[in-house]
Amino acid sequence: MNQDIAVLGVGMHPWGKWGKNFSEYGVYAARAALKDAGIPWQDVGFVSGAATMRCGYPGYVAGATIAQALGWQGAQVNTSYAACASGSQALAAARAKILAGECEVALVVGADTTPKGFLAPAKGYRPEDPDWLRFYLGITNPTYFALYARRRMDLYGDTEEDFGLVKIKNSEHGFTNPNARYKKKFTMEEILNSAMVADPLRLLQICATSDGGAAMIVTSMDYAKRMGKADAVKVAAVSTVTPTFASAVVEMPDIATDSAAAAGVEAHSFRAALPKQAYEQAGIGPEDISLAEVYDLSSALELDWYEDLLLCPRGEAAQMVREGVTKIGGRLPVNASGGLACFGEAVPAQALAQVCELTWQLRGQAGERQVANAKVGITANQGLFGHGSSVILKK
Amino acid sequence: MSNKPVQAAIDGWFTLNTDTPHLIGACCDHCGTYYFPKTLNFCKNPACDSTEFSEVELSRTGKIWSYTNACYKPPEPFVAEDPYVPYAIAAVELEKEKMIILGQVIKGVDVDQLKVGQSAELVLETLHEDDDAIKVTWKWQPVR
Ligand SMILES: [Zn+2]
Repeated sequence: MNQDIAVLGVGMHPWGKWGKNFSEYGVYAARAALKDAGIPWQDVGFVSGAATMRCGYPGYVAGATIAQALGWQGAQVNTSYAACASGSQALAAARAKILAGECEVALVVGADTTPKGFLAPAKGYRPEDPDWLRFYLGITNPTYFALYARRRMDLYGDTEEDFGLVKIKNSEHGFTNPNARYKKKFTMEEILNSAMVADPLRLLQICATSDGGAAMIVTSMDYAKRMGKADAVKVAAVSTVTPTFASAVVEMPDIATDSAAAAGVEAHSFRAALPKQAYEQAGIGPEDISLAEVYDLSSALELDWYEDLLLCPRGEAAQMVREGVTKIGGRLPVNASGGLACFGEAVPAQALAQVCELTWQLRGQAGERQVANAKVGITANQGLFGHGSSVILKK
Repeated sequence: MSNKPVQAAIDGWFTLNTDTPHLIGACCDHCGTYYFPKTLNFCKNPACDSTEFSEVELSRTGKIWSYTNACYKPPEPFVAEDPYVPYAIAAVELEKEKMIILGQVIKGVDVDQLKVGQSAELVLETLHEDDDAIKVTWKWQPVR
């Protein structure tokens, strides 16, 4: 059975720190996606929103909030929350609805506004809350990414310069992207002279948070054909699998991993499981991939993703970056959009922004950052509480 | 030196008043999965539906899985020295329990003295002081 759905339209509100209500970014992105698809808003039968936890009740019901802002027109509505994978979960809901024949046209949308100041755990003495506990013990968000980065250095011989090359590459990619927030080409000197935050990660190797919005119009293949768009970009896979016990990598906000001491239990890496399922769904292998958009929460984490996506053997990712393989013009560009390095993270919109980029690339509409002959693209991200996603798009 | 009493920063998470402190975890009576902190409600092994656990002392030595440091003062509830003194952090893999546990590294040891695969031992050291007590926590000490 064919599990493809068509991507007829994509749209984004530029990332930044604009200070507006999140629904404004959502409506802007949704209207851009509708216009791109050439479909009137009234034809949308299902609105699938990705929730934001930072904008009060309207954010918890983001699908409805944005549908109302666009003007109630009687569509079915849904809101998904899955940390960094929220956008992909919203896309998965739309895909299931379309493949079940319950709607032909769906709007998938996610938007966020960053809070002012730092996100700190609630006050009091609460050792039963792992998030409170880790801060009490002095373990912050960059700690985790630094642990992964350092392990690469000691096991595989990666260097600070390798992580710097990732940042330089992404800053060059995002330089001409109209939706990127940071448009500056960094030099190795600037990166290696930026303040050390959590050794070996420096300020310029850790991503910020941003405002932004992303949306897409997805339809059944029948609908696309009737519209004369049978050759539209297609969603071939949406993987949102949970980890498998026992999780072998210490992950935020925990201070310990699972134990793999019981008989029959093996230690697993969550990141590696996500693309594996996506490849299976799509019936496509890593050798078919033309480009990838991955979650570079730190420059070093991008390298972990090359290996988790099976784009190279374990331990060889830095070599790909050194040889320019993952640069635009190379054999397998990664983060042609500029990635989180140029965007900063807008949680519910980020996974959709990855899909928007792949859509433009596969259509050949990515302008100066166009990847030649792009045919198949894959996204990957990972968030808290066993949420992550990997989406495959094909021509 | 202060004459304040020494107390555990988190009660019941490690043994006190000993030269060889241990973290106190739990072990599932049915499948042998370890837990830290000790969760005593449901076993998380998908093949096990046990609700019975025993308190156990976890291994007090392991191998460094990875390490980093905290160059900037963390936000509350962390209680920082004034002026702030950066510290190293290690993730240490316990062989018997097959799990990794995070903790600060003892004072005076920075990342340039650490290596993945190196042995480390659990010790107790001050996390912070309040008006009434010196609060200690577990920290990792590299073994040379
Ligand atoms: Zn059990």
